[in-house]
Amino acid sequence: MILTIAKREFRSMFMSPLAWVILAVVQVILAWSFFSSIDVFFSIQSELTTLKNAPGVTDLIASPLFELASIVLLMVMPLLTMRLISEEKRNKTISLLLSAPVSITEIVLGKYLGLLFFIVCLLVLITLMPLSLAMGTELDLTKLFSGVFGLFLALAAFSAAGLYMSSLTDNPMIAAISTFGLLLLLWMLNVSNASATDGNNVFSYLSLHVHFTALLRGILNTRDIAYFLLFIFGFIVLAIRQLETQRLQS
Amino acid sequence: MSSLISVNNLTRHYGDFCAVNNISFELAAGDILGFLGPNGAGKTSTMQMLSGNLAPTFGEISINGIDLLDKPKAAKASLGYLPENPPLYKEMTVTEYLQFCGRLHLITKTQLTSVCDSAIERCGLGDVRHRLINNLSKGFQQRVGIAQAILHSPPVIILDEPTVGLDPIQILEIRQLIKTLGETHGIILCTHILPEVQALCSRVQIINHGNLVYSSSIDELLHKQTTQYEMSLTDTVTQDEIASHDAFISVEQIDNNNFIIDSDLNAEQLIEYIVKLKWGLSRFTARQTSLEQIFIDLTVGDIDMREKNMVETS
Repeated sequence: MILTIAKREFRSMFMSPLAWVILAVVQVILAWSFFSSIDVFFSIQSELTTLKNAPGVTDLIASPLFELASIVLLMVMPLLTMRLISEEKRNKTISLLLSAPVSITEIVLGKYLGLLFFIVCLLVLITLMPLSLAMGTELDLTKLFSGVFGLFLALAAFSAAGLYMSSLTDNPMIAAISTFGLLLLLWMLNVSNASATDGNNVFSYLSLHVHFTALLRGILNTRDIAYFLLFIFGFIVLAIRQLETQRLQS
Repeated sequence: MSSLISVNNLTRHYGDFCAVNNISFELAAGDILGFLGPNGAGKTSTMQMLSGNLAPTFGEISINGIDLLDKPKAAKASLGYLPENPPLYKEMTVTEYLQFCGRLHLITKTQLTSVCDSAIERCGLGDVRHRLINNLSKGFQQRVGIAQAILHSPPVIILDEPTVGLDPIQILEIRQLIKTLGETHGIILCTHILPEVQALCSRVQIINHGNLVYSSSIDELLHKQTTQYEMSLTDTVTQDEIASHDAFISVEQIDNNNFIIDSDLNAEQLIEYIVKLKWGLSRFTARQTSLEQIFIDLTVGDIDMREKNMVETS
């Protein structure tokens, strides 16, 4: 049942131009940055050989790419998540799901899963770029996949927050803006405490960015993974609760 | 046999406002229940509660013997619901949409095609089955909505204004369809169109300000004893002239030759009386207590009273 809803969600994303436009725009921007970082790499290649413990291709090309991708997608994800529930409420299609033998948990999980499918598509396209370097050079695959995993967790967290915001309103625009605001705030929470990067600080612990960069550096830390999983779990539970309450109050 | 729907003391508040107040009713298989009421009377709220879209403040609903609040999934499996606005995903084609609905209602993959085909055929959607729902006219969209509600042939079908936006031919077709469905399923029909209720339903309920104010079978309603008659005269007779005879309690002129009269005499005596007057009686019928009359009596009178109360209190 969750899968039925997820599949419909996934297909309907591709039936509107939005998904295609987002894929195209993200790909063009990231490809350009990928291309220019290869260019930079070539120009400093000779100097790198003289260094001991010089950063490799993965550090110089893949990591900045993922870093940029996370920022671009921070702005793009709200556009994808905004319509998940709010549009159903606005078009009253939600009553189809509510009167079907499906629980609200299944509805929310189905929608979330549908979005995760899309994120996987997006990630495959992004990962193919650094992966293509494997034809000419040796890559630090572990580090690369740790980065992809980090990006996946970050995007999954963005989606969960967006899903919750979308359940709050029946106006997709409001959902998009509030999701963007929330994510940006959480992303840069650690900026105010730039000096306190030791991780003991509350703000830097709450910041999405801190946990993401750890994974990007190839450090698979349970603490960071747990942070993302809790983040996702928390927002999904909130979305389910929100829909339940609306059934009681609306 | 237990009833398909049984509703007990159903109440719903929105804040201080009481939208549905303590209503109880039952629906048996083979019944088509007409649910009437003016705008804002609580019709849609009741339907939303029956379909699980809205939680009742208190009260019990059981569908096909299963409590909707205790086991929502099992209860909803025997329910088909067409809300006021048909819940259509407009970016899908008719077939895709119905298949999705079929999957939601737990129809197995092997049966899916045949089930969808039969719903498409029943609702006359054959020509548009591969078109996007968004590009269909309002009438066809409405039909897709109906197809969705009857797809899994649920024992209980709730239709909220199913014939809105349809052309007269389609209305007849859909009414025919509802009638056929009504033989085997229990149907609740929510509508403003009174002739439709008279044509289709076996039972009528009128709700006003959240209270159930009228409930009766349609036969009972139509065969109520009446004292009103309609007559056509070929001679020119004025209203005053008719009223001057004591046999008529009141006279109302419809147009030149047609009158509505109220009398204590029964039909036979009355005809005899009129024939003796030699007015050229050409048509004489007993007026049925129309649903419209009952509806107006029960709902408008109430509004007048409320207005009066408001004036008094202010």
